[in-house]
Amino acid sequence: MMHNYLYLAIILFCLGIVGVISRRNVFTVFMSIELMLNAANLAFIAFARVHENMDGHVLAMMVMAVAAAEAALALAVVILLHKHKSKLDTNVFSLLKG
Amino acid sequence: MEQSVNYLGLIPLFPLMGAVFIGLLHVFTCNRAKLPEKVYGILACIGPVLSFVLALKVFIALKELPAASRFLSHKAFIWFSVGDLHIDMGFLADPLSCLMLLFVTFIGSLIHIYSIGYMGGDKNYGKFFAYMNLFLGSMLVLVLGDSPVVMFVGWEGVGLCSYLLISFYSEDRSNVLAGNKAFIVNRIGDLGFVLGMSFLFWGIGASGFDYLSLKANVQNLEPAIALTVCLLLFVGATGKSAQIPLYVWLPDAMAGPTPVSALIHAATMVTAGVYMVARFSFLYAGVELAGNIVAWVGILTALLAAIFGMFQEDIKKVLAYSTVSQLGYMFAGVGVAAYSAGIFHVFTHAFFKALLFLGAGAVIYALHHEQNIWKMGGLKAKMPRTYITMVIGAFALAGCPPFSGFFSKDEILYSALATGHYGIWAVGVLVAGMTAYYTFRMIFVVFHGEPRDHHAYEHAHEAPSVMTVPLIILAVGALFAGFFNLPAIFGGDQMVSHWLAPSLSEHHPHASVFVEIIAIGASVVAFAIGFKIAYSKFGQGAPAPSYKGFADFAYHKFYVDELYDAVIVQPYKAIGSSIWKVIEPNVTDAPVKGVSRLYMVLGAAFKVFQVGYVRVYAIYMVLGLSLMSLLLSQSLN
Repeated sequence: MMHNYLYLAIILFCLGIVGVISRRNVFTVFMSIELMLNAANLAFIAFARVHENMDGHVLAMMVMAVAAAEAALALAVVILLHKHKSKLDTNVFSLLKG
Repeated sequence: MEQSVNYLGLIPLFPLMGAVFIGLLHVFTCNRAKLPEKVYGILACIGPVLSFVLALKVFIALKELPAASRFLSHKAFIWFSVGDLHIDMGFLADPLSCLMLLFVTFIGSLIHIYSIGYMGGDKNYGKFFAYMNLFLGSMLVLVLGDSPVVMFVGWEGVGLCSYLLISFYSEDRSNVLAGNKAFIVNRIGDLGFVLGMSFLFWGIGASGFDYLSLKANVQNLEPAIALTVCLLLFVGATGKSAQIPLYVWLPDAMAGPTPVSALIHAATMVTAGVYMVARFSFLYAGVELAGNIVAWVGILTALLAAIFGMFQEDIKKVLAYSTVSQLGYMFAGVGVAAYSAGIFHVFTHAFFKALLFLGAGAVIYALHHEQNIWKMGGLKAKMPRTYITMVIGAFALAGCPPFSGFFSKDEILYSALATGHYGIWAVGVLVAGMTAYYTFRMIFVVFHGEPRDHHAYEHAHEAPSVMTVPLIILAVGALFAGFFNLPAIFGGDQMVSHWLAPSLSEHHPHASVFVEIIAIGASVVAFAIGFKIAYSKFGQGAPAPSYKGFADFAYHKFYVDELYDAVIVQPYKAIGSSIWKVIEPNVTDAPVKGVSRLYMVLGAAFKVFQVGYVRVYAIYMVLGLSLMSLLLSQSLN
């Protein structure tokens, strides 16, 4: 029972990683990050359930709050990026190239 | 046994406060509407005069105490205290420093008053008086300091002020160079002083580093260290008091305004070295070799400077070399352990040298800054007061009885003879004759005969009374100061020697009256011969001579400056530039540049990982976190 939840969390997390690494659209990358966060949430909730402890719930709520704040900030950044180059391709933004 | 009086600290404080106040006033007003010169002049004289009044008070207070316990002290505050070393900002007045105090403040005040007239019209009038007050204040710190460290503060202070004042007319590059020279040469001497002080502390400093403790513990000092300390301190004295081999700065110091020369030569600065040796008489008295070295260096300096003095054409340089020469006598005196004689010569010399300088200043002032004696002549009629006072000063300098210089110089020569230093005595008598010659050569050429430059002669005029009154006061001093220490043979009671006795570790030599008569007779004969030669050559006026052979060599000061330049300055510059051009780029810079090159290479290597795509950074993050997780799980197992 417990294992299934964790398998699902791992699968979701890996999907998120693959999305961040392979996709070039800023929105897709962003959604992949959200996916990874929710995978972590799922693991928290699962462990909380098994151990009958509320700490996991607390952390899950906290992650959601942070994710919401992050979404607000990230979308603002996305708008600025778009204003700057009129594109949402992450390969266009490579100012840190050494 | 010592009494604490708090007004002692005020003596140096008055001129120092004056310096700060006048300096600020000058800084805040020099670019705007200028204050009248009178304001500065009066402000500048307040400090020295108040110090003189307090010095008199100190003298009276000391006189009331019994001779053996004539100490007044004042500890202003603890300056610093590290380990064994406890230094108070303390002042000590004993008979020795009290005598110095009296004439330093007295002559300093007169020179300040004279400067009001001499410096009239100068655009840096305020700055001049600020420096002068600072100079006097530093000298008073030097004299009153109760430990070598406090003395050193004053010692450096007078060095600084001499630099500031010698290069006072700083528009002219040669004046600035003269100031630099004075400062650098003094620094060389100061190094000796610092080293000597360190050795002294190393030897016996742990049980108190003020003079009284040092004096009490001096017998614990090992002889070798005592000799080292004496010689190193004397190196300091040769710098400050212009002895061989560091005398070269003093003649160049004539670049400054004439009152500064008077202050340096008479009251402050050059007498510091003699005072220091007398102050450490408890040390020098125990090391005969050091005393002999001091005496011989002194008398040879006297001889050398007298030779130079005979061929100079600048009126101030004649006087400068005469000062070097007289300082040589003083060191000869303190060297043969006749400390009171040396200090007494400092005392009388202060009067007649200040007088001669201020007189020379009046002549220069009258001739609109002409200093070449071969362009003067016949000024006797135009400047009678200056003439008479300067002749008195010249007689005192030449050592003619009964002028003050005779008694003090004779005391030194007599002490040398009585203690068996015949060589020093013989050279001393020779120099006495030369002194008479070059002094009166100057007097005759400047004041007698026919005017050589008629244009300058027509415009010459007597100086204003603010300048001549100090001259007259100093002339009275130059005439009578000798009677303070009249030797027994003239029916005197050697007042100054007895007054100084508690401060100094000296044993008066007992010699027969015969020896004393020989000493006096030789001095008088030497004076008479020197005077006679000068009179026969220059008494009726003489043209400017052209020097040949030895005279030319002496006129160029034996090329000592050039020698120093070739032997010390140029190699030093060569070493400096070789360090700059060879060692610095190849030795010291190499590791520094190597490190920067290493980071450039490393940077280029790691550059390839910085691709700039956010996806790649995500990969790095995933890899890193995975690695961390693996390691973590390994360590947990």
